[in-house]
Amino acid sequence: MSSITASPSHKKKSATTDERVGKKSTLSILLGRPEIGALVGAVALFIFFAIVAPVFLSPASLATVLYGASTIGIMAVGVSLLMIGGEFDLSTGVAVISSALSASLVSWYFGLNVWVGIVVALLVSMLIGFINGIILIKTKLPSFIVTLASFLMLTGLNLGLTRAIGGSVSSPSIANMEGFQSAKAVFASSVNIGGIEVKVTVFIWLAMVLIASWILLRTKVGNWIFAIGGDEKAARAVGVPVVRTKIGLFMAVGFCGWVLGMHNLFAFDSVQSGEGIGNEFLYIIAAVIGGCLLTGGYGSAIGGAIGAFIFGMANKGIVYAEWNPDWFKFFLGLMLLLATVVNIVVKKRAESSK
Amino acid sequence: MKTRKNKKTEELLEKLEPKTSDNLLTFKGVGKHYGSIIALRDVDMVVDPGKVTCVLGDNGAGKSTLIKIIAGLHQHDEGEFMLHGSAIKLKSPRVALDAGIAAVYQDLAVVPLMPIWRNFFLGSELTTGVGPFKKLDVQKMKDITKQELSDMGIDLRDVEQPIGQLSGGERQCVAIARAVYFGAKVLILDEPTAALGVKQSGVVLRYILQARDRGLGVIFITHNPHHAYPVGDSFLLLKRGRSIGYYSKSEITVGELTAQMAGGAELAELAHELEQLGGHDEELSEAEAGATSQTTA
Repeated sequence: MSSITASPSHKKKSATTDERVGKKSTLSILLGRPEIGALVGAVALFIFFAIVAPVFLSPASLATVLYGASTIGIMAVGVSLLMIGGEFDLSTGVAVISSALSASLVSWYFGLNVWVGIVVALLVSMLIGFINGIILIKTKLPSFIVTLASFLMLTGLNLGLTRAIGGSVSSPSIANMEGFQSAKAVFASSVNIGGIEVKVTVFIWLAMVLIASWILLRTKVGNWIFAIGGDEKAARAVGVPVVRTKIGLFMAVGFCGWVLGMHNLFAFDSVQSGEGIGNEFLYIIAAVIGGCLLTGGYGSAIGGAIGAFIFGMANKGIVYAEWNPDWFKFFLGLMLLLATVVNIVVKKRAESSK
Repeated sequence: MKTRKNKKTEELLEKLEPKTSDNLLTFKGVGKHYGSIIALRDVDMVVDPGKVTCVLGDNGAGKSTLIKIIAGLHQHDEGEFMLHGSAIKLKSPRVALDAGIAAVYQDLAVVPLMPIWRNFFLGSELTTGVGPFKKLDVQKMKDITKQELSDMGIDLRDVEQPIGQLSGGERQCVAIARAVYFGAKVLILDEPTAALGVKQSGVVLRYILQARDRGLGVIFITHNPHHAYPVGDSFLLLKRGRSIGYYSKSEITVGELTAQMAGGAELAELAHELEQLGGHDEELSEAEAGATSQTTA
């Protein structure tokens, strides 16, 4: 059996460097990134609107575009992570409103400082995520069904509880309550940069993207998220805590919903209980355009941010170009289709090319 | 035999014997039911460090159940499963891993789209820093991956490439190297050569021997006696959830092993039936020959 041993020549190889690695060009590294399709699309769309609507390039317009992007992007951060983890959430749109309603109704009904309501809303949002996650784990149903059910239930709860407690379809105004101004400063103020008012959500959004990227690429949890999305059985077999990671992801989505819900509430002083329906698709679209695979295991937080930016550009760009906004959805659909086709090509390259 | 001695002697022996025995794993009459279905029973087997124990059997013979018990995915409900001489029940794969039992599954337990180094350390990542700034030690993990793989004789260009780009044999080897690096004492290989061509199978068999030479107890599960015989030290034959034989290499030849797996008893029965029908002389002599080689085993 002495013939069946490793040839010693292999062992002479250096551990860290290999002369064959240098051949990979920067371009091919870039083409292997999940968000490359979205990035190319974003640049193309930016140039397009810059040409057809020069006003698009003014700093004030850019600030508006970024604000539009941030309201989608904040949720897209959580939704991207969840999709990389192999699940998705249809209840996000209405969960944002549920969070805003809990904050406003709790502080209004009990006459408490609005910050108490904000904390309650955080708990509610995390609980919604936790419940979605635990039902998914326990029933082993697809997340499509589980979160579709919670979407419907939350829609009903939003309408029913708001009318039962506040007596109207919108939550009562909390503008004069204690803590409102400070909460508004945190969640819905503007920051003046060189004479341009930039909404605070833009900074919150960017911070969240950075943190999510850090988690995904540089922590254990990030490794686990990719693993459970890529191959759940394999992940479990090597000792990854699949259940905890999945529930954690749903709760992270809940947290993002809370941030956006607080913005929605404090940008005005009340919330319409019927809002939010349909927005869940915008978040998913942003994540998909950004290179997250619907099947999980692949994608990035930056990609979701670029997806949200594309959304913001298309949304406001159409207005700046003075076109009929009716065309917006058509644009969005086209972008989604193109992006997913590009994503499939990128994924195939990543899987098979050498 | 210990069982034949009286109780006092036995107790005395217990005291004299060190708590850990030389055998890594010992199976005594192990069985497993799924409800009313008996998936496995009466399995005796010993796994020693630096030895390869082969588990052979056709589809549905109970091989998968056996691995699942050893790897902590299922728990046995009959007999004794001993690790270092003390009886245990492994509650989860994590517990099994901590006890030094690592399984490399047919589907490899790798995530195809993830880089090789991330797969290598998946579930046991190295980190630096403290508190919220605790981060993956990427460079160190890449270096170790590269080093460990080259020690196993696997020469890779780039540990950053997705593991899905590797060939089946290479992926097996990464999984084996991973188990070896993480201090496995027992390595379970579930049909590592089943989906591979002749050359790739040879490569995998070579890594099995490398793992053995590093002092691991290897459990090699296969349905191919020609793969098992050259590398194995002992052979457990399973059939329909039962052990039909446990041999050391000196007790059996590759031909006998094959005949046992093909089911000598069934061949004898077939010969008998053919005889009764009459007129199939050629087939009859073939079946009889098969049955005889089985009985001599």
